Amino acid sequence: MKPHLHLWLIPLLPLVGAAINGLLGRRFPKRAVAWVGNVFVGASCAMAWWVFARFLSLPHEMLPYVRDYATWIRAGDFSVSYGVYLDQLSMVMVLAVTSVGFLIHIYSIGYMAHEGGYYRFFAYLNLFMFFMLTLVLANNYLVMFIGWEGVGLASYLLIGFFFLRDSAASAGKKAFIVNRIGDFGFLIALFLLIKHFGYLDFGRLFPMISKLGVENAAPGLLTAIGLLLMMGAAGKSAQLPLYVWLPDAMEGPTPVSALIHAATMVTAGVYMVARSNVIFNRAPSAMLVVAIVGCLTALFAATIGMAQTDIKKVLAYSTISQLGYMFLACGVAAFSAGIFHLMTHAFFKGLLFLGAGSVIHALGGEQDMRRMGGLRKHIPWTFWTMTAATFAIAGIPPFAGFFSKDEILWSAFSSRYGSWIFWAIGLLTAFLTSFYMFRLWFLTFFGEFRGAEASAGEPGHGHIHESPRVMLIPLAILAVLSVIGGWIGWPESLGGTQRFDHFLSPAFGTHAEEAAVAAAEHSKELLLAGVSVLAALLGLFLAWLLYQRRRDLPDKIAAALGGLYTTVRDKYYVDEGYAAAIVQPLIKGSTYILWRGIDAGAIDATANESAETAQHVSDALRHMQSGNVRSYAGWVAAGAALVIAYMVYLGVRG
Amino acid sequence: MVPISYYLGLSAILFSLGVVGFLIKRNLITLFMSIELMLNAVNLAFVAFAWQWKSLNGQVFVFFVMVVAAAEAAVGLAIIIAVFRTRETLNVDRVNLLKL
Repeated sequence: MKPHLHLWLIPLLPLVGAAINGLLGRRFPKRAVAWVGNVFVGASCAMAWWVFARFLSLPHEMLPYVRDYATWIRAGDFSVSYGVYLDQLSMVMVLAVTSVGFLIHIYSIGYMAHEGGYYRFFAYLNLFMFFMLTLVLANNYLVMFIGWEGVGLASYLLIGFFFLRDSAASAGKKAFIVNRIGDFGFLIALFLLIKHFGYLDFGRLFPMISKLGVENAAPGLLTAIGLLLMMGAAGKSAQLPLYVWLPDAMEGPTPVSALIHAATMVTAGVYMVARSNVIFNRAPSAMLVVAIVGCLTALFAATIGMAQTDIKKVLAYSTISQLGYMFLACGVAAFSAGIFHLMTHAFFKGLLFLGAGSVIHALGGEQDMRRMGGLRKHIPWTFWTMTAATFAIAGIPPFAGFFSKDEILWSAFSSRYGSWIFWAIGLLTAFLTSFYMFRLWFLTFFGEFRGAEASAGEPGHGHIHESPRVMLIPLAILAVLSVIGGWIGWPESLGGTQRFDHFLSPAFGTHAEEAAVAAAEHSKELLLAGVSVLAALLGLFLAWLLYQRRRDLPDKIAAALGGLYTTVRDKYYVDEGYAAAIVQPLIKGSTYILWRGIDAGAIDATANESAETAQHVSDALRHMQSGNVRSYAGWVAAGAALVIAYMVYLGVRG
Repeated sequence: MVPISYYLGLSAILFSLGVVGFLIKRNLITLFMSIELMLNAVNLAFVAFAWQWKSLNGQVFVFFVMVVAAAEAAVGLAIIIAVFRTRETLNVDRVNLLKL
């Protein structure tokens, strides 16, 4: 007898909150809206931790915990049900999503206090939580796809939250459309699975697939499915070449950037690839593609991040880069390392965004780092929490990011699928990451304040002020997590037990002998870890030199680099390239062929022509109906005469 | 013994007169009388055939036609009077709106 975990409550609680706030929130006072929004997510979070406590005591043969609640689709042999699938992987995801999500909800109470549409914001945020939890708890790909599309919807609504601003509305549309391209691949992958296996449930699908052999020599069905799934993941998780929507998504309110576009939704692609590890493990070519896409994205986005001046844009490119790390991990079959980085990244990147939000809040809406500086003394809480997050993302021990990033780099080097090239690119990215994060840190918090004091007269923004306590508490909690969150994955080479990997290993079916091989190379692992720490410190030093010690150097370097610098600053002109190569031809084609040619020229013309013909014919016939009795009589007589003539003709012939 | 073709010829002539009268006259009363002429031409044909075939059916039909014609005359005249009261004319060309 399986114990009842009531997992359905976890996603449904935020949905209730979304319904209450969305339908009735307009009439509520702000306090009530905030309470409703937070209580349901908080309850969901508490529920998740309660489930975790029960989960730990479940015997191993009961895992994964699968339960069907209702049948959704049944057609012949094929059926899809609403159900949950709880294993170590989804457990970690549920905990990360509900906990970070709850903290960001609390933070939003303060951050959104001065914005309009308070109830709308919380309704969307709760709706997002519902879909995200549906996604991670789904027991089959189709329910997962509902969550997948649902978080896309919530993301669209929240990016375009300030919908009166044209750029926000277009950014929302852009995110939605770019995601559709990836979703197309995801859907085709699902169709292939249905066609060849007849199931979408994880519980039945994965055992079937694990009986198949590894497609080493000839890429086949599983490779195709893997590549298509990766296409979906690249859209959702902003990987090359579909990453372009994420920087624009920063148009949304900052808590949204923290929750959706850093901590949770964008990691859905990583989760999906990790969830499909059975498929990827049997398709080495697909794995290679995942790894290449991941490491190229990591490097590419990191270089762009170096030259951005908008504090949120730096973080956006940093997010893309870190997601690249996670895909790199998945691509070298180090799924647990990828998920580990996903979790620590949720802590420190969520914190970085919330901290950036706190900075922006303090400066009354200023996002340009060139007009910041010296904020260390004005907003100490924000400074210290941001510092923890910056050290974490830069990978300096013993902060959380060090452990997860180092595990990925080590896997990229040592794994069966790995190679020193992946490791080298990862290391270079780590250096760049450290550089641009400390650049942000120095520009924002050190030196002299460079902002205009002109806004001093405006009410409420008279001086730089620390954020309210309701915003600082989540910052503090996340800062603690950013420091200690990595310790659960303390590597064996440093005398730890790597508990996180051992916890996740049943979900990924990791082989015991690989662990043994890895254990034999502890000295090498330590050496590589040392190199990556050195790279991070080098980044710190370079940032300190350029943005603290010699403030005149960056401009000189930029001038010396000339075209190279502007290319990087303008994001390699990828948006412009897409506009020229895809958007413009589509607009032209739609305008001249589809609209003026087919729609106006063929379809409308046919309809209008036939209408005009009918009009002409009826115009002619109209004159027969004069209303004149004698003309009617004339027609009757003529008709009668015709009939008689015909009868006579018949009679004569007969 | 008058052959039946004479009766039928007379009937056709009367009917044609009725049709022509209906088509060329303008006065509503005259049109009305033309209709009566056509009905009676048909009656003549009925009785002629009834006599020819020694059957009563034709006679019965004639009575039906006469009853219907009487009813029609009553309704028709009432309409004509109503038209005349509102329009003060009996010219059929001026009555072309399907309403009073």
